[in-house]
Amino acid sequence: MGGATYVKNERGEIEKVILQSGVKVKPVYGPEDLADLDYERDLGNPGEYPFTRGIHPGMYRMRPWTMRQYAGFGTPYETNERFKLLIAHGQTGLNVAFDLPTQLGLDSNDPLAEGEVGRVGMAVDTLRDFEIAFADIPLDKIGTGLTINAVASIILAMFQATAEKYGFALGKVSATPQNDILKEMVSRGNWIFPVGPSIRLIGDTIEYSAKVMPRTNPVSVCGYHIRESGCTPAQEIAYAFEIAMTYIDHVLQRGMDIDDFAPRISFNLDIFGNIFEQVGKFRAARRLWAKLLKERYKAKNPRSMWLRGLFGGGGGGLTKQQPLNNIVRGAYYALISALSGTQTMALCSYDEAYTIPTPQGAIISLRTMQILLEEMGLRDTVDPLGGSYYVESLTNQMEERITEEMEKVEKMGGMAHAVEMGYIQREVAKQAYLYEKALQEGEVHKVGVNIYSEGEDEEEVQLHEYKPAAAEAQISSLNEVRRTRDKRKVVSTLRDLEKAARKGENLMPYLLQSVRAYATMGEMTRVFKEVYGEFKEPSIF
Amino acid sequence: MVKGKRIRVLVAKPGLDGHDKGAKVVAQALRDAGMEVVYTGLHQTIDQIVNAAIQEDADVIGLSILSGAHVPLCEKLMRRLGEENLSHIMVVVGGVIPKRDVQKLRDMGIEGVFPGGTNFEEFIRFIRENVK
Repeated sequence: MGGATYVKNERGEIEKVILQSGVKVKPVYGPEDLADLDYERDLGNPGEYPFTRGIHPGMYRMRPWTMRQYAGFGTPYETNERFKLLIAHGQTGLNVAFDLPTQLGLDSNDPLAEGEVGRVGMAVDTLRDFEIAFADIPLDKIGTGLTINAVASIILAMFQATAEKYGFALGKVSATPQNDILKEMVSRGNWIFPVGPSIRLIGDTIEYSAKVMPRTNPVSVCGYHIRESGCTPAQEIAYAFEIAMTYIDHVLQRGMDIDDFAPRISFNLDIFGNIFEQVGKFRAARRLWAKLLKERYKAKNPRSMWLRGLFGGGGGGLTKQQPLNNIVRGAYYALISALSGTQTMALCSYDEAYTIPTPQGAIISLRTMQILLEEMGLRDTVDPLGGSYYVESLTNQMEERITEEMEKVEKMGGMAHAVEMGYIQREVAKQAYLYEKALQEGEVHKVGVNIYSEGEDEEEVQLHEYKPAAAEAQISSLNEVRRTRDKRKVVSTLRDLEKAARKGENLMPYLLQSVRAYATMGEMTRVFKEVYGEFKEPSIF
Repeated sequence: MVKGKRIRVLVAKPGLDGHDKGAKVVAQALRDAGMEVVYTGLHQTIDQIVNAAIQEDADVIGLSILSGAHVPLCEKLMRRLGEENLSHIMVVVGGVIPKRDVQKLRDMGIEGVFPGGTNFEEFIRFIRENVK
């Protein structure tokens, strides 16, 4: 009964069901619930506005969803090996994890990086690390997700320089940096610079990649982490849309046309929760996003109206207790993703409540998605739940809830302001607390946690080993680069970068020069810190 | 602990890890249990946490760590507390803590280790009963 609140009568029968987003579920749905439904207006065929049923006419018949497990740890050499392992097992996209120093713009030898180098992802100090990590990877055939935010502009420049070095045409490579700083400020915590300049940097990557690397998806707006931090499914979509519109509004102010960049904006959304609420959420989100782009932004290109995304993860639903049960949960979450018309799927691995996924954990997740695709009939027909009295009714109600939550944010003065003031952070923390209390009081059921929890409680999972030697190797490789690079070139490109930052120019061409000169992550970040300052977290208690 | 005095808890996020859902949930639970709670915010160095503990006159420091770096971070905190003669402050740790590390943390002088999913009641009672 996870993900909903249940009220039972004295006979133990379920009297009321209230989904996390607040929708009350009726015992049965029928034609009367869809009396107002207009097929053309509210659903449309798959591939047709408002795209409720999917953004492509044939969906998975034409092309299966991309499978993109999150991976990366230790040195770039180790990460390169893991990439090759996943590709050899049939993975069709990469999703790079970076360690925390990299995500916070610190070099591996920074005192603040001690104990963290290579721990939760791959360490990147200079372009050299990118060259190693992507050696022998067909960047023109495989899309690359880059889970990086505060320094996404720097990482994107490294990606471009690497692709060029290995001879791939920039028109053919596809990078998807996460590049969503507002959700970092709300939930994931890897922010560096203040709100305004951070949004500017995102604007730079959007504007630049539209011209130079047109297959790049410069921003992947994440409701995912906000949901994992505690908000409801309706709030997840509302906050993601408000964040996306903040970036869109900024780029429009630069004079770009909506149809020149909106088609490349994508989303990263969570699949943890009640199956039907989730499917309703995704269908409602697709319809609402299409309407927003068409009506509010006057987009003309249908691609601008597409809600494309990675519907995946589900980490919030996994448990430390009885960890093998997480394999089963992962399979249901993958089913939600497929029933919801995702473009890309990734699953948290069963051991992820403990550790960075082991190779075994990562492969089981990949196989889970492959079993769904190859054995279960999910490719046969588009939007198989479309037309269900319950699902269509829920889709309508989820759209209403999402719209209500969006209005609340807009009344607060928009997402950038609401995040600066800590309003969203406070609401998300409150929801997390309420959910945890409901779990502890048994109102929300969780198998192995507050129900059927008897039996084996010992850890059964193998842990990913952190190797301090990898950190030492990384630091000596950084020192080697520092010794052999042209120092004058580094200094002069960094000076140009600073000047351009003060003038408010698009910084991507300058970052590219610094990256090519093997300037370090820390050096480039320091320039930004000097020009922009740092984000001050609002106090929310 | 003086009878009737409210327990003061510093909830702290050391290191670079940005996952603070647990820290914020725990802060709210401790506050609802009648304790005074200060949350440091993210990206704190051990020195900043020790300073905050002095400033806030904390009885308890609750560290939240999910990155796997709990052993080096806890070692450093306990060493700094010793140097500052603050060993009377009770230190508890929560987050992603594998079982095999629990004893290691206890041996350093960490009094309570509460992995994710621990009941509120359990750590609230533990703090009430063991705070000095």
